[in-house]
Amino acid sequence: MPGLGADMVTGALVEWKVKPGDRVKRGDIIAVVDTDKAAIEIEVFEDGIVEDLRVQPGQTVPVGTVMAIIRTEAVPFAAEIAAAKEEKVLVEGTRKIMEIEAPPLAEVVIPSRQPLAGRAGRIKASPYARRLAAEHSIDLGALRGTGPQGEIYASDVESAVSAAGQESSKEAGGAPTEEPVPLVTKEKLPPTSPIAGKPAATDYQAAIRRAIAAAMARSNREIPHYYLQTRIDMSRTLHWLESENLKRSIKERILLAVPLIKAVALALGEVPELNGYWIDDRHQVQESINIGFAISLRQGGLITPAILGPDLMSVDELMEALKDLITRTRAGRLRSSEMTEATITVTSLGDFGVETVYGVIYPPQVALVGFGKVMEQPWAENGLLGARPVVTATLAGDHRATDGRRGAQFLDALNRRLQEPSKL
Amino acid sequence: MSEEQIKHVIFKILRRIAPESDPSRLAPDENIRRALDIDSFDALNFFIHLHEELGVNIPESDYGQLNTLSEMLDYLSVHIG
Repeated sequence: MPGLGADMVTGALVEWKVKPGDRVKRGDIIAVVDTDKAAIEIEVFEDGIVEDLRVQPGQTVPVGTVMAIIRTEAVPFAAEIAAAKEEKVLVEGTRKIMEIEAPPLAEVVIPSRQPLAGRAGRIKASPYARRLAAEHSIDLGALRGTGPQGEIYASDVESAVSAAGQESSKEAGGAPTEEPVPLVTKEKLPPTSPIAGKPAATDYQAAIRRAIAAAMARSNREIPHYYLQTRIDMSRTLHWLESENLKRSIKERILLAVPLIKAVALALGEVPELNGYWIDDRHQVQESINIGFAISLRQGGLITPAILGPDLMSVDELMEALKDLITRTRAGRLRSSEMTEATITVTSLGDFGVETVYGVIYPPQVALVGFGKVMEQPWAENGLLGARPVVTATLAGDHRATDGRRGAQFLDALNRRLQEPSKL
Repeated sequence: MSEEQIKHVIFKILRRIAPESDPSRLAPDENIRRALDIDSFDALNFFIHLHEELGVNIPESDYGQLNTLSEMLDYLSVHIG
């Protein structure tokens, strides 16, 4: 079960799109998984043949659970026939699916990237994880680490602790059925916890709030935010947008979000430090630019799926990608890569007249760019005062990863890009 | 096309975009985007559907004249056909 966000603890398998024996290619959708936030289409990350499906539809499993075994093409066929070594080949030649390459999130689970044999040696665990495990009498050897080379993090121990807690509370809840309890007493009992036993998605609204709560609380707890803001003259971009849209049929019209996202992507090319993660006390700048775009859901809550590589798209391609992403987000059909690969988040709250957005960074990302409403404002230039459409762009930066100067360079680059919209 | 028919089409599109809403309860001079929580993406979809259903091609510069139900009915009754 892949971690599909900083806030995901378990996932429920909705359906398999493949069966044992099927040949799969990197990027194929092999399963649909329901998280607290949405149904997500799971892509496979390696070419191979489906060998075994280990989780049944309807089952809810913790992040990190092996869901299927995919035999990769790398296994030489001849070796397969060497019967004596069969078991060994199986271990070495299979990769657990849902391995997510260059995992963007600390929680993204790489179920033992090394073969099982590698676990026999010293158990790799962070000091805090060891302490937690000792406190809760958890056997580290029985845990599957989510860190590099299977290193066990404190979060792994915590999920083991809470899983154990749920088990015991389920047992406790099950016990009374054997000794009939008078109805009156039963009614006086506090309602059983909605989390234990029941799948989290039963109350979708509450689940989505919990997911956002977990990610945002972690952000505020761990990330020392700094904020910068600048006012950007939008007259050139709006004029360009208007003339571009005049040339287009209604269906092909471009929304203002498109030049904004594109300008952010190009500005990140100039200041790459803001594009990446803070994981393991280390700033990890990412080469590909994937912009998580905050999309609100009608029922409440929001999801920030990623637009992959907007810097490489034309404005029309970007508009298509955005439309597709918003439509699928609201229909609950997102792909796993879109949930995990965002390297920065953009949020635009301009639709309803907000002037300035002070964003909360989505961990483990290191920056969030906010746009308010484009408003006509007094603007002085060359000693002349006039009125211009102006947007306030803000940057929330992780001070562990970057300093204000980098942030300032980014906003300056963003401003310059929006003054030359035809080059977007 | 009668005003009632146009209204029917508008409501049908709004229900598709905001399924949980009841557009027939909109007051004639209520701001539709605010009342039904319609963002710029939904708004674009609204105009795309309107074009498909009524064949009316509304330029972006006219969006500002289409904030309420009564404004829409006025605008569309002139521009349809």
